[in-house]
Amino acid sequence: MAPLSTPGRVPAPALAIRGLAMARGYRTLFRDLDIDLAPGQVLQLTGPNGTGKSTLLRLIAGFLRPDAGTIRWSPLPEDATPGECLHYSGHHEGLRDGLTAHDNVATMASLLGGDPGRAEAALVEVGAGPLAELPVEVLSAGQRRRVALARLLVAPRPIWLLDEPFTALDNDGQALVRRLIATHAEAGGLVIAATHQPLDLPDIRHVSLGGQAS
Amino acid sequence: MNDARPTSWLQLANPAVFNRWADRLLGPLVIVTLGLFAYGLYGTFFLSPADYQQGDTVRIMYIHVPAAWLALFVYAGMVFSALGTLVFRHPMADVAQKAAAPLGAAFTLVCLITGSIWGKPTWGTWWQWDARMTSVLVLLLIYLGIMALWRAVDDPLRAARAVAILTLVGAVNLPIIKFSVDWWYTLHQPASVFRLDGPTIHPSMLKPLLIMALGYLGLYLVLLLVRMKTELTLRRIDRLQRLAAGIPGERA
Amino acid sequence: MNAWTALLLRDLRLARRVGAGAELGLVFFLILVSLLPFAIGADQRFISRIAPAFLWLSALLATLLGLDRLLQADEEEGVLDQFLLSGTPLELIVLAKALAHWLVTGLPLSLAAPLLGLMLAIEPQAMAPLALSLLIGTPALTLIGLIGAALTVSLKRGGLLLSVLVLPLTVPTLIFGATLVKEAALGRPYTTPMMLLGGMTLLMLVIAPVSAAAALRHARQ
Repeated sequence: MAPLSTPGRVPAPALAIRGLAMARGYRTLFRDLDIDLAPGQVLQLTGPNGTGKSTLLRLIAGFLRPDAGTIRWSPLPEDATPGECLHYSGHHEGLRDGLTAHDNVATMASLLGGDPGRAEAALVEVGAGPLAELPVEVLSAGQRRRVALARLLVAPRPIWLLDEPFTALDNDGQALVRRLIATHAEAGGLVIAATHQPLDLPDIRHVSLGGQAS
Repeated sequence: MNDARPTSWLQLANPAVFNRWADRLLGPLVIVTLGLFAYGLYGTFFLSPADYQQGDTVRIMYIHVPAAWLALFVYAGMVFSALGTLVFRHPMADVAQKAAAPLGAAFTLVCLITGSIWGKPTWGTWWQWDARMTSVLVLLLIYLGIMALWRAVDDPLRAARAVAILTLVGAVNLPIIKFSVDWWYTLHQPASVFRLDGPTIHPSMLKPLLIMALGYLGLYLVLLLVRMKTELTLRRIDRLQRLAAGIPGERA
Repeated sequence: MNAWTALLLRDLRLARRVGAGAELGLVFFLILVSLLPFAIGADQRFISRIAPAFLWLSALLATLLGLDRLLQADEEEGVLDQFLLSGTPLELIVLAKALAHWLVTGLPLSLAAPLLGLMLAIEPQAMAPLALSLLIGTPALTLIGLIGAALTVSLKRGGLLLSVLVLPLTVPTLIFGATLVKEAALGRPYTTPMMLLGGMTLLMLVIAPVSAAAALRHARQ
């Protein structure tokens, strides 16, 4: 079976973050944040709890508007918004209770411009093949994580934003995440992962939040 | 006035500047309001004639009608504040909006209660499904919804934006509700009802009515400023408590 | 298949799986109708007189069912994030969800209404107008509810608040809808209420997606 985790037709754009600042409530999480990232690079975000790792990922995903600064991707394919070029995997898996694992992944494939027909193969690849026809609410936390990972594979998108991708996963699952990230980067994709677990990649970039927080 | 005036409306965004101006305004405003009410109530009970049909009950009008005007006026002000919150992101806009909602509800309630008291001798019942009373009742329900939404959302900024959207949706709906209720009423009009709005109002009644309306307006402004100051203080306390406890005040 | 259709189909499938499908809404409607005689007595003529109003009120209540979870479930489980990455405008996304909600509540209700109207002794000439009024009017109810659902999306127990926010705004729809049926039952022309009712739905078709999307964006910021 051909590896599913190819970034697809769209080449990954480069990321340029300039002077980014964000406050939550009364506290400034970070300010004057600059990050540059080229296609094929993997960035690991670290920093104590509450320093804004998740917020930064949500800013980059376009879910939040920054208080100051810019987040630019270039070059973007014509008519595409940054959101259409990226995968975001957050604390919540994005799985809807009441639907089976397969239906969840297939719907997401249609929504995100992928191929619903690949849902089954993707589930097999993340080791969730036998779970395909079970409703997701009966799955364990680790199993749900795996099903969520299948989403990265059914719709090829060049940018991956992963918030704590290792949570609840066993050793096997953690190895899977490392392999997926490595494959994606090798194929020219761009990955930003917020985690304290080692990613075991040769040239990985690190940004630590919390130092800049006032 | 030779004092340094705020050079722009935006300067009032600073709570300290707002508080200074509010303090300066409050004293004179209270005096003017008391004066208006004193004269207005004197006019209501002594200067204005009794109605040839309704007798002394017509004097409820001087309490009832300005309350109805204010009920709408306050909502109009809230629409203005809602735009301030959503479009200009003016920090005082949501404070004003939060302070205004219960006042608007109170004026609406005063209008309904006095209307009901007025209704007893004229209609013979405490409540009549008359078009005006019904519209005002729906207005009260909308005010109550806005207040409930304020209380339900913890984060003031989030609450402000949600309430602003609800206020605007309500503003679009209010004329339609008014129209539909009027239309419904004409279809169901009971055989003979005394109409509250006489053909014209005699000047001897109009003057006390306008004075009372100005008094109501003054009362509203006084209460609004006090409530805005209170809200600012509450937010300051909340902020200091959170800082002292080391809680970031996360919006989520 | 584009994202919008996929979303619509997903919501319809979901409604069936989690028991919020058309059948249950209809059963709720039927229960309300069967409770009416117990509350007011078996006087056929009286029931016949209040039937249009009662059916419209029942439709209103049946529409409220499930509205509090319409957007909340997707928001809580992080699915809304994924919707936003589909490149489909949020206004269209919430419209798809409203349409799915209407297809499993308003539509079956409208089609079943004449049957229930029969039980409530509605005049025969008012049967078709009854179905028509619900068909035209219930989309407005769902759309108004959509605004309430978006405003209460982050609240743990938003169901009651949602009703308090939404119900006052349904006054015109209720007036036009119930009047349409009443006029028809009296054998009078009902073009005016029908136009007004349609106008209400069209207006809400514009206002609701825009306000709901704005409310969602602000709730997430």
